[in-house]
Amino acid sequence: MSNIGSYEERLRGFDWTIARKALDWDESRDILNIGWICSDRVCERMGLADKTALIWEGFGERRSVYTYDDVRVYSNGFASFLAGLGLEVGDRVCIFMDRIPSLYISFLGVLKAGCIAQPLFSAFGDESLEVRLASAETRAILTTQKHVKKVRKILEKLPSLELVILVEGESEKLREGEILYEMEKAPRVESFEVRASGPEVPSVLHYTSGTTGMPKGALHVHGSIWGQALTTLWVLDLKPDDIYWCTADPGWVTGTSYGIIGPWSLGITQCVLDSGFTAERWYRFIQENRVTVWYSAPTAIRSLMREGDEVVRKHDLSSLRHLASVGEPLNAEAVIWSQKVLGLPFRDNFWQTETGSIMIANYPGMEIRPGSMGKPFPGIEATVLDLKTHAPIEQPGRVGLIAFRPGWPAMFREYWNKPDVYRSKFYGDVGSKSPRELRLDPGVWYSSGDRASIDADGYFWFVGRDDDVINTGGHLVGPFEIESALIEHEAVAEAAAVGKPDEVNMEVVKAFVTLNPGFEPSGDLELDIMNFIRKRLSPLAMPQEIEFTEKLPKTRSGKILRRYLHALEWGEDVGDLSTLEDD
Amino acid sequence: MDDIKDAVLEYVVDEYVDEDDDIEVGYETPLISSGLVDSFSMVSLKVFLEKRYSISLPDNEATPEAFDNVNSIASLVRRHLGQG
Repeated sequence: MSNIGSYEERLRGFDWTIARKALDWDESRDILNIGWICSDRVCERMGLADKTALIWEGFGERRSVYTYDDVRVYSNGFASFLAGLGLEVGDRVCIFMDRIPSLYISFLGVLKAGCIAQPLFSAFGDESLEVRLASAETRAILTTQKHVKKVRKILEKLPSLELVILVEGESEKLREGEILYEMEKAPRVESFEVRASGPEVPSVLHYTSGTTGMPKGALHVHGSIWGQALTTLWVLDLKPDDIYWCTADPGWVTGTSYGIIGPWSLGITQCVLDSGFTAERWYRFIQENRVTVWYSAPTAIRSLMREGDEVVRKHDLSSLRHLASVGEPLNAEAVIWSQKVLGLPFRDNFWQTETGSIMIANYPGMEIRPGSMGKPFPGIEATVLDLKTHAPIEQPGRVGLIAFRPGWPAMFREYWNKPDVYRSKFYGDVGSKSPRELRLDPGVWYSSGDRASIDADGYFWFVGRDDDVINTGGHLVGPFEIESALIEHEAVAEAAAVGKPDEVNMEVVKAFVTLNPGFEPSGDLELDIMNFIRKRLSPLAMPQEIEFTEKLPKTRSGKILRRYLHALEWGEDVGDLSTLEDD
Repeated sequence: MDDIKDAVLEYVVDEYVDEDDDIEVGYETPLISSGLVDSFSMVSLKVFLEKRYSISLPDNEATPEAFDNVNSIASLVRRHLGQG
């Protein structure tokens, strides 16, 4: 029997207080701080101090195991250390490292210290890092010897960044002002008094990309726990004896909401693999750790499909009992493949950085319609809005904007210092309402910026983004950020970045560029520009193809028409070109 | 002396290893499985090979396993040059 039981039954009279009951929450004893909930509470209230919290494996057979008591003590250590450095409640602390144990445990320590955790993907180049740290006025960064060099390059441009802390490395390699704090070598901190708690206390700041402007920080609060814990129970179906593997990196929201907060709030054993992707390594990881619940992404699943079935047969994957997927739409072929080869279907779900928790899902026990995202989570009112009128569409199968009634627990509270951008995501009587007013307004809709249709039985079917944001391998990449970096290359005069279809990653970045005088198109130049972006921004943002062109399509007012280039790449109707600049 | 292997090694060191990294990359050093080169960055390596040797590497051959060290990459290139 699954945790959710009957989906239809759960819809009736749903109330989010059920999450408190599911956690056996006691208002008189419990502290609403995610760092405390995921460690101290599991040890003390749930009596699971000796239970394994984390099985970690790295490249080259490196392996370590941590109990919940280890997680409690080491996160106390981080919290105490950060507080001792003078960091105050509400300060932003960036976590910038590979998927090593210190990442997961320092995340809880930052939260216990009352600071806001700002995890960033460790493959980000120095420019991507700088933009996000500058925006958040981040005061401290936790990193490693491997990644600190990117911080050093930009440190002078970031006056707010006072503290550079390495969680591993060699003390003799530290530069002036850098601090080394290794959790397992530091004195054990048996108790730490959590410095901030409550449903509206800020917890996590995740940066996400948009069509225009630089990435924006979606701010979450400790009250998100109700959404994350309940969806972990009902969608991921985690139970006390499970061994859970979430393949997402905590630099992205899936890696925090379901790679840390959801499973650890419930006292689940989870495992992490921090090494490069190969099918053999992944299957061996499942086999050796007897993984039971696996939460991954369509890109990874399609990569595994491409490696063939033979490598699957070489491994014993019989421990698996439930599979889920998120990041971009899971194609029907992948669902059918996993049913055939693994004996279980991957169950797709949908949500985004801003929603903080799963919004639409294929639940255990529910009939899967391969290719569909599933149905809204209980307590979530979801619809699709007409693309022009923004009124809810009643007619099955008609495509509109995915939208939700605001107010669910894990909903983001604001875009960091960007109230106007927050407002722009809502439809209805928005006026000049504040983020808080909008979040509590039952008359408006929040739109995720995606298009979908709903069939006659209430299943949602993803169509694509409603804007120019590129979803590559489940990660949103902003074209503006790429274009801004492209024109910093000495050869590039103008640039446009769009997504082009890709069998594994759904879409990848393609750039159209015009060249400055004195530069000629060549294979070497294409490669040079690709690597320039890879190092400055990230491998995800690197154009996988560059087309040199004499001129870019523009409106008469001079704005580059990305949608025209996008339509050409996807073989779609280019639409109304009346505003196109004349030749 | 193997020109292909040395050219690939030089490219990997130049593009994926920082000067102050304590990493010694050789012909057998794992690239993909170690995380030194991620799957997205692998594309620029593939483009380098295709342009340098005027070959086309189909996706089903440009796999993480085939790209996992300089020796296996050089073998793949040689096959496409008709030398394998």
